Amino acid sequence: MRALIVDDSRATRAVLRRLLHGLSFDGIAEAGDGRQALEELSANGPADVALVDWNMPVMDGLEFVSRVRSDTANDVMRIVMVTTEADADHMVSALEAGADEYAMKPFTAAVIRDKLALLGVV
Amino acid sequence: MMGSPDPSTSEFVRRLVHERSAIVIDASKDYLVQSRLAPVARDAGLGGVDGLVEHLRRQPASPLRDVVVDAMTTNETSFFRDAAQWEALATHVLPELIERRRAQRTLTLWSAACSSGQEPYSIAMLMADRFPRVVAEWNVRIVASDLSAEMLGRAAAGRYSQLEVNRGLPAPYLVRYFRQVSGQWEVRDEVRQLVEFRALNLVEPWPGLPPVDVLCMRNVLIYFDAMTKRRVLSRVHDVLRPDGHLMLGTAESTLYSDERFRRVEFGRATTYQRRTA
Ligand SMILES: C[S@@+](CC[C@H](N)C(=O)[O-])C[C@H]1O[C@@H](n2cnc3c(N)ncnc32)[C@H](O)[C@@H]1O
Ligand SMILES: [Mg+2]
Repeated sequence: MRALIVDDSRATRAVLRRLLHGLSFDGIAEAGDGRQALEELSANGPADVALVDWNMPVMDGLEFVSRVRSDTANDVMRIVMVTTEADADHMVSALEAGADEYAMKPFTAAVIRDKLALLGVV
Repeated sequence: MMGSPDPSTSEFVRRLVHERSAIVIDASKDYLVQSRLAPVARDAGLGGVDGLVEHLRRQPASPLRDVVVDAMTTNETSFFRDAAQWEALATHVLPELIERRRAQRTLTLWSAACSSGQEPYSIAMLMADRFPRVVAEWNVRIVASDLSAEMLGRAAAGRYSQLEVNRGLPAPYLVRYFRQVSGQWEVRDEVRQLVEFRALNLVEPWPGLPPVDVLCMRNVLIYFDAMTKRRVLSRVHDVLRPDGHLMLGTAESTLYSDERFRRVEFGRATTYQRRTA
């Protein structure tokens, strides 16, 4: 299984990487903002799942999700928003833009694992 | 007040919990007696766990008795715990049962150790989402019970923290079936009114239960001794409809405790049905 972690916090990326590693993901790519993440996708193709922060410089998570979903080549990639935004309005916007799941920070390992299980990724 | 309680204190607590709930607490878990009951003793102004037990020895019917049993019980749960079982319920068990009940138009589901309510509300949301016509037009009963008055209170209130709704609950369900109330998430009435809550101790009689189509008895038998487990399962056999399904926790099995059930496998999920005689 391949994953893409998109978050401007290096510490958060490291936590998520360790967590995914424990769930036996092999290819794990990282990006610090939406723009970098799009570049990663055009270089290596869609991953099985992307964990995407909302608030990032250059290009935020919501715009990244909309752009990903405008290209059907990415349809295979499940998207989980992982963000401090914790209200229903943000959730609805993310789901409408094409995110498949939504986890609120702070999260535990069980939260991410459950979300991936809901999407059938683990 | 610190340190371990008197050994006879732990012994008393273990016996009390077993008598009231059938839950077996291993002597190696005596540290739990201290860590879980110290706050109870403090709140009651009884000066430590030994003092609390002294109080219960003198007043066996004290309301603190149930508080102590509650505090010693594991209440851990989450929405849609063990995703594979819910998938099996949604795609195999329920569609098949609904097909078989077309004439009666009645369906009874029971969450028999519902803790803070995530399990019965998961059932209710699943029914409302996947089988809206059945919910609207049939007589669907979702019964949720637990031994613990405190847990039942939480379940009936239907209010959950961010961390609780983060676990296992699909985001589309969160936005559809909950509303945010001052930092908490509250189950909407349309879902809450599908569930009826009642106090029920699994080791005491089960009055007034109709025959059950889907019985969730998950992550509770595991705490019982073998004899109690057998006894409870034999009553499950009596209330379960012949074509109904029993769902257990993933670490539980009827295998060695009751030959009258057979396993039904759905991919990674297992349910149990009565063997036909
Ligand atoms: C670990 S929780 C399981 C919750 C839920 N069924 C699940 O699987 O997520 C165990 C629950 O069993 C309840 N319980 C323990 N002994 C019981 C008894 N004798 N009768 C009824 N409920 C009991 C506890 O109060 C607790 O809420
Ligand atoms: Mg950020």
